[in-house]
Amino acid sequence: MSSFIRKRAFASLISLIGLVVIVFFLSRLTGDPTDLFLPIEAPEEMRQQFRELNGLNDPLLVQFWNYLGDIVRLDFGVSLRRAQPAIDVVLPAFLWTLQLAAITMALVTGAAIVVGSLAAFRVGGIFDRIASLTSLIGASAPDFWVAIVAIVVFAVGLGWLPTSGTGTVWHWILPVGVLFIRPFGLIVQVVRGSMISALSSGYVKTARAKGVKSRAIIFVHALRNAMLPVITVIGDQAAALLNGAVIVETIFGFPGVGKLMIDSVLQRDFNVVLATIMITALAIFIMNLLIDLTYALLDPRIRY
Amino acid sequence: MTDHLLEIRNLSVEFHTAAGTVHAVRDVSFHLDRGETLAILGESGSGKSVSASAIMNLIDMPPGRITSGQVLFGGRDLLHLSDEARRDINGSQIAMIFQDPLSHLNPVYDVGWQIAETMIVHGTPRAKANSEALRLVTRVGIPNPEGALRKYPHEFSGGQRQRLMIAMALAMKPDLLIADEPTTALDVTVQAEVLSLLHELQQETGMGVLIITHDLGVVAEIADRVVVMNAGEIVEAGITREVYHNATHPYTRKLIGAAPGKGRMHQPGAEAEPVLQVRDVVKDYAGFRALDGVSFDLMAGQTLAVVGESGSGKSTLARILLRLDEANSGTALWKGRDLFTMPPSELFKIRRDLQMVFQDPTQSLNPRMSVYQLISEAWAIHPDILPRAQWKARVAQLLQQVGLRPDMANRYPHQFSGGQRQRIAIARALALEPKLIVCDEAVSALDVSVQAQVIALLDDLRKTMGIAFIFIAHDLPVVRDFADHVMVMQKGRVVELGTVQQVFDAPQQPYTQALLAAGLDPDPDVQTQRREARLALAGA
Repeated sequence: MSSFIRKRAFASLISLIGLVVIVFFLSRLTGDPTDLFLPIEAPEEMRQQFRELNGLNDPLLVQFWNYLGDIVRLDFGVSLRRAQPAIDVVLPAFLWTLQLAAITMALVTGAAIVVGSLAAFRVGGIFDRIASLTSLIGASAPDFWVAIVAIVVFAVGLGWLPTSGTGTVWHWILPVGVLFIRPFGLIVQVVRGSMISALSSGYVKTARAKGVKSRAIIFVHALRNAMLPVITVIGDQAAALLNGAVIVETIFGFPGVGKLMIDSVLQRDFNVVLATIMITALAIFIMNLLIDLTYALLDPRIRY
Repeated sequence: MTDHLLEIRNLSVEFHTAAGTVHAVRDVSFHLDRGETLAILGESGSGKSVSASAIMNLIDMPPGRITSGQVLFGGRDLLHLSDEARRDINGSQIAMIFQDPLSHLNPVYDVGWQIAETMIVHGTPRAKANSEALRLVTRVGIPNPEGALRKYPHEFSGGQRQRLMIAMALAMKPDLLIADEPTTALDVTVQAEVLSLLHELQQETGMGVLIITHDLGVVAEIADRVVVMNAGEIVEAGITREVYHNATHPYTRKLIGAAPGKGRMHQPGAEAEPVLQVRDVVKDYAGFRALDGVSFDLMAGQTLAVVGESGSGKSTLARILLRLDEANSGTALWKGRDLFTMPPSELFKIRRDLQMVFQDPTQSLNPRMSVYQLISEAWAIHPDILPRAQWKARVAQLLQQVGLRPDMANRYPHQFSGGQRQRIAIARALALEPKLIVCDEAVSALDVSVQAQVIALLDDLRKTMGIAFIFIAHDLPVVRDFADHVMVMQKGRVVELGTVQQVFDAPQQPYTQALLAAGLDPDPDVQTQRREARLALAGA
């Protein structure tokens, strides 16, 4: 198990380095950072001094090496627009997004498992039909549209909920609710499909022959077997949320990583953009590792 | 009221499918007493499993529907009880074991938990259930029972898994045990052990055993009485020995007649030339020696049967000869050229001479390809064999050769029965006019009567086209009817190699003798003698 984690960590390190290479050289391709940092009318001596100070006169490879060293210390340079270290801008935003993603995915997972399992238990029954239809609608609904309609209805029309911000629990309801819909629809479908095959398996027949109650057959015997493909999709959806739910965060003015990234790109605040990319990449790597470990936890046949 | 433990009266079950209503069970009646073993004998689709499922409330409704009848257990009609009442009976008074113990044990829970669960759902406290599970696992002969309880199903062998299923079924000391093809997936020696275990446990507990099987040998070994089912109806019922010797219904007689292992054995001529000479083949898989110095000759136009239990290396041998896997050392001379060291271009040319037919035609035929596409694909790969204009005619010819109609070429595999599918697989192998066909358990999944037809087809092809066969099988009677030479394998080694008569009539090695003794004969009298011989052998 620990050798598996080491191996995976090593593989991820390589992809992270690849990511750094791409990110570093791409940002250099956009031109001399001096133009970005200094006012357009800055004299040449000032520019020269700035380059010297920031090591921009060194060969590109040396610069890259220094950049790597800084990243290891979580030093992504200074935010151009906020005059504070980029990491100090990114981390709080990332924590907001992490909370949003965690709350949403916890709700999605719980609800989708229950709904999908019950739908699978009586295929073609009334509950199954309602669940299948709603989940299909949910999986197909465009979130920017849902978000705007939700604001129009619940915030503007009914006045029940705030339109944006993060102050109270009420502020969380709309973003979480909107983000909930699509992964919920998708995961209900996956749970349902996976549970249908688990419920028609031999071991479920055995359980019925043993006299096990229906609820235990669904949630003890079948569910754990049906979870592997579900976990994969959950991980996939969670990764998408961690990346920052750009549109939803922007619409609801939620101070998360997605909104930060968009703002920083628009402001050409490259150090912040790079920092968000690296932090979310790291988070997604850790999450994938957790998912692999969950596989092994759920299924004793999987051993690393 | 009735005195029988179980009495089925006029049971009819139908299934409503898109294709129409299937009358799976029609007006079936039988009974079973305490301490008695009743076998329901039938081929696939005969309704034997559906009848048993009705007793256990395992029929999915819909699409299934019990249209009439009674299932009287201890005088109560189970069909009129609530689901809850039937759940209380399931597992405690009536228990069931299934054909494939690997898929019928839950892979993600340890076996101790699964055995204890039977007792816990019927109200036994957990601590008592756990200690009882230990006793049961010990009783069914699992080595290191304490450690075994914490292991998962995939960590056991097939025979051990079926023993664990039996332990689980017997946890509540049921009055009735239903065994649905309990030994079909097991090796012959293991089959004999499991059937003996069932018999012993029945003696101990006095339960009634209802055994569902397609195998006359199993009936002869264990059943007091037998009910023969065909197409949803009971065609014959009676004491096992009487039914075997004095069958009245034509279907029963056909079934008994089709049982393999009674024909005249082949007497291979000595003058034939070897087409394949295999020497000292060794194959290692990560520290495990799957093949250990295997050598044999295969003569042109003859059949070499490779028999052995699972893990003996027989399927590995097939894969290696066809270069689907690489040998670690050894040679295989095909017409003087070594298959193992041949360059890819030469191997590609020779591949058409070597074809394979697999065990399960449902899996080995691509479900999205028509029969025409399946058979003609070979000519697309080897375009020099047949110009495209002649494909259609040749497919028709091949279909006729394997006993199918040319107009079936546009159908898809799911539109055929199991036996027909295996014929398609054979036609596909014949498309390249091979000199050697390797059959890996090619008839094991087929019903007895279909099995006999497919074997006759293969033997006919051997005679008329001079094709040599390597026939891998675990079923000795089939081998006896078809093989010229027999090679017995155990743990990767060749234990015995000789003509079919030498091996069957005068086996030299104890392992071969044990294999033959463990085989089940359809004749109850022969089987009784064989059982006694086997017990004597085990006692010695």
